[in-house]
Amino acid sequence: MIHLEPIVQTEKLSHVYSPGTPFQHAALVDVDFRAYPGELLGIIGHTGSGKSTLIQHLNGLLKPTSGRVLVEGQDIWESKAATRQARFRVGLVFQYPEYQLFEETCYKDISFGPKNMGLDEAEVDRRVREAAAFVGLPDSVLDQSPFELSGGQKRRVAIAGVIAMEPAVLILDEPTAGLDPVGVEQIMSNIHDYHEAKNASIIVISHSMEEMARRVDRLVVVNDGRIPLEGTPREVFAHGSELEEMGLGVPRMTRVFHRLNALGAEVDPSVYTIAQAKEAVLDALKRKGGV
Amino acid sequence: MENPILKTEHLTFSYPTEDAPKVILDGVDLEIQAGAFVAVLGHNGSGKSTLAKHMNAILLPSGGKVYVSGIDTADEERLLDIRRTVGMVFQNPDNQIVANVVEEDCAFGPENLGVPPDEIRTQVDAALRAVGMYHLRDHAPHLLSGGQKQRIAIAGVLAMKPRCVVLDEPTAMLDPIGRREVLETVKKLNVENEVTVVLITHHMDEAAQAGRVIVMSDGKIVADGAPRDIFPQVEMLRSVGLAPPETVELMYELRKEGLDLPLDALSDEECAQALYTLLSR
Repeated sequence: MIHLEPIVQTEKLSHVYSPGTPFQHAALVDVDFRAYPGELLGIIGHTGSGKSTLIQHLNGLLKPTSGRVLVEGQDIWESKAATRQARFRVGLVFQYPEYQLFEETCYKDISFGPKNMGLDEAEVDRRVREAAAFVGLPDSVLDQSPFELSGGQKRRVAIAGVIAMEPAVLILDEPTAGLDPVGVEQIMSNIHDYHEAKNASIIVISHSMEEMARRVDRLVVVNDGRIPLEGTPREVFAHGSELEEMGLGVPRMTRVFHRLNALGAEVDPSVYTIAQAKEAVLDALKRKGGV
Repeated sequence: MENPILKTEHLTFSYPTEDAPKVILDGVDLEIQAGAFVAVLGHNGSGKSTLAKHMNAILLPSGGKVYVSGIDTADEERLLDIRRTVGMVFQNPDNQIVANVVEEDCAFGPENLGVPPDEIRTQVDAALRAVGMYHLRDHAPHLLSGGQKQRIAIAGVLAMKPRCVVLDEPTAMLDPIGRREVLETVKKLNVENEVTVVLITHHMDEAAQAGRVIVMSDGKIVADGAPRDIFPQVEMLRSVGLAPPETVELMYELRKEGLDLPLDALSDEECAQALYTLLSR
């Protein structure tokens, strides 16, 4: 994947909040971030690490204090047209997006983005229906007020509103916060469907290491406004003690297997999902039987 | 014997809709004794938050009864006593903070109860110490982390000296550090301050630390027992849209392969020990 050109990248991106005041704070320092076409990327970092500041730069919501942001090779601050284009190519779903619904019907809410893109009515209609289908909303819901729906359904409407712009990169900040395991599974599989169908890049922020371990191709760790670690989940979770120091920790299965290893069992300590853990135990038993 | 601090009898609750009324709670019978630490689990829409809101008369039953220390919550005359006995903490810390200074926020409750000023001072200080926020008492709440804000919200409730605190998904919006801070605080309240705790949560690892776990689905209680009895019931949990703790799930998967392992490995340590025993046999 590394030989591909990044679809979104930052070059020495720095952002300082409230410069010149006593509240001056450097949220990002010389960050080189890359996301590649078609990948499912996870971003982890504790509250205040700078990860939200980073993603808000990726579609031009924040302007760098210094450094550049490139979307499909184009500097998004080069011209007004480039900034506008970046907002359409990179879709951002905030935390608790259901609080941002505002229209009378779900249909109108989902169509807000594509309408702003200047698409004709037939294309807007196609996109609204397709986006609704991606997030598993039945047609009957489209004429209802979003405020009559359950929390989980509202969140789907909000995500559909961004999907309807058909972004090449879809960024979601904690899309599953506050949902039960079934709700988590549904939303993540909806996102996965969009990822597959449009070959879109997906960037997900989550606090759940277990969720990240299960789903992403690659992980980027943000800490103190920098990126100290990135790589496959296996590579990143191998740095258990460093992650602990950053207030992040590792998936539960990794913790159990580190402990098992410390007890003296000969097992691969780099497992991070239940399926891998099961495999590792069965392997160890087989080896023992074979000796 | 003393009255249970919380008791429901055939509690039902429904919203009127254009068609048939929508039933949220469907005959809940529950007793919680003073000093207990009870976790309530359930999928979104299972009725667990609605149940919580009945525990200090934010909602009143459509049918059946709710008693707080033996007081019927439908008795309007006793509303103040009920609210003094049971305090409530909600999901979003930002919606619960009313003042610009931590200690003023914390004093809001006792001020409204008409507590004399010098007593307010003592109660607020004690409450902020109990949640570990005394050193930040003159700070502005909006500049604090989510976990710290949630602990202030808990202190605000504690300053009213309730005998019971009901927390409705208090960690849902927090990061792992914030979650740990809040859960440690809640456990400390229960053990050291002898406050009865009812914790509504989605997180199995939080519920595993309670003394008793109640599982709700479709407005009914479907399981009620110690964590060690509830969490090994993998199929039951899945059938109501919940997931068992990962350690239990691993044991369950390995048992399917015919291996002899205990299902009740609730902690990392128990899980590692059980696997170690298996592998060194």
